[in-house]
Amino acid sequence: MSKKRGKDLGRIKGFAIQFIPYSEIRDLDSSRRIRKILGIILGNNILILQGKLRAEEETRLIEDTMAMIGHVQNFKGIELAVISGNGKEGFFGKMKKGIANALAGGDLGAITIIGPATIVKEIKRNPKKIELLLNK
Amino acid sequence: MVIKIFKNFFKRIFSNIFRHKKDIKLGFYGPPNAGKTSLANRICKDFSGEEIGKVSKIPHETRSVQFKEKVEIDYKGKKMIFKMIDTPGIATKIDYEDFLKYKLKKKESKTRAKEATQGVIESIKWLDDMDIVVVVLDSTENPYNQVNITIIGNLAARKIPVLIVANKIDLKRADMKKIEAAFPEYDVVGISAKYGDNLEEFYESIFKLSKKV
Repeated sequence: MSKKRGKDLGRIKGFAIQFIPYSEIRDLDSSRRIRKILGIILGNNILILQGKLRAEEETRLIEDTMAMIGHVQNFKGIELAVISGNGKEGFFGKMKKGIANALAGGDLGAITIIGPATIVKEIKRNPKKIELLLNK
Repeated sequence: MVIKIFKNFFKRIFSNIFRHKKDIKLGFYGPPNAGKTSLANRICKDFSGEEIGKVSKIPHETRSVQFKEKVEIDYKGKKMIFKMIDTPGIATKIDYEDFLKYKLKKKESKTRAKEATQGVIESIKWLDDMDIVVVVLDSTENPYNQVNITIIGNLAARKIPVLIVANKIDLKRADMKKIEAAFPEYDVVGISAKYGDNLEEFYESIFKLSKKV
């Protein structure tokens, strides 16, 4: 990621919200998924992704983000939130969800929100709602 | 063939006997300023007489992984030896300007931010090496922070036993029930690392968890 790509980060006037269906990343390997997500974020976009990343992909995203701070101009990291089930489903609920996820190739009931920290100040989350607070 | 079977049989028996002699790697994970080092310090001081690292009100005080080898915890007559591993707080964003609020100079803040980003990477790399992890959360903060969920999700994926510690229960704003509600599948122990409150329950949980290793 070059300094050039991140040159617009922090300019709140130009941000956009981009929605990506899970089908766009389903067939990508972890590296390509992360690259695609970071590419969108560096383009000054807030990404709303259908589904969620695997646990190890989330940490990989954090690692790559950290590695970019100080190397990409104005980049200070990301804000990230995932809304999915509350884990309180019973045995059959979990089984049903597991089968559905296996068939779909991912957890389509989840939503992932990722934005550059220069634009998204905070993502306030509780089990029932999510609030996106933007920087002035 | 018969010799090979006998060899494997004895190898398995001996490895089982000596497996429990190995020090258990106990990691402290969590977001910045939750009290990981404060808790690790309290344990290390109680059982080895020495602290593991420096604590500060400024976030990201721990910026590289710190160890304390051979810490023998003695709880109700039972003894276990741990390798204590205190990790830098995991965050998704680090802005050097945040450190200026703590009256650090610009250059110092920039260095701290750079080291903090490397610390986060180091923490994540160490996840695979842990036997047990204590996830330390600040009980005055919202537990539904994605960093907490990501850490716990990763530990679950790696099948590493987890204990969640709700720290700072001595503060009025502390809400341990919120942490319990956020992570219903895990044991949560409320403590105050600063004052040493409820550490008995913490040690009991650690010993219980060590049996899963």
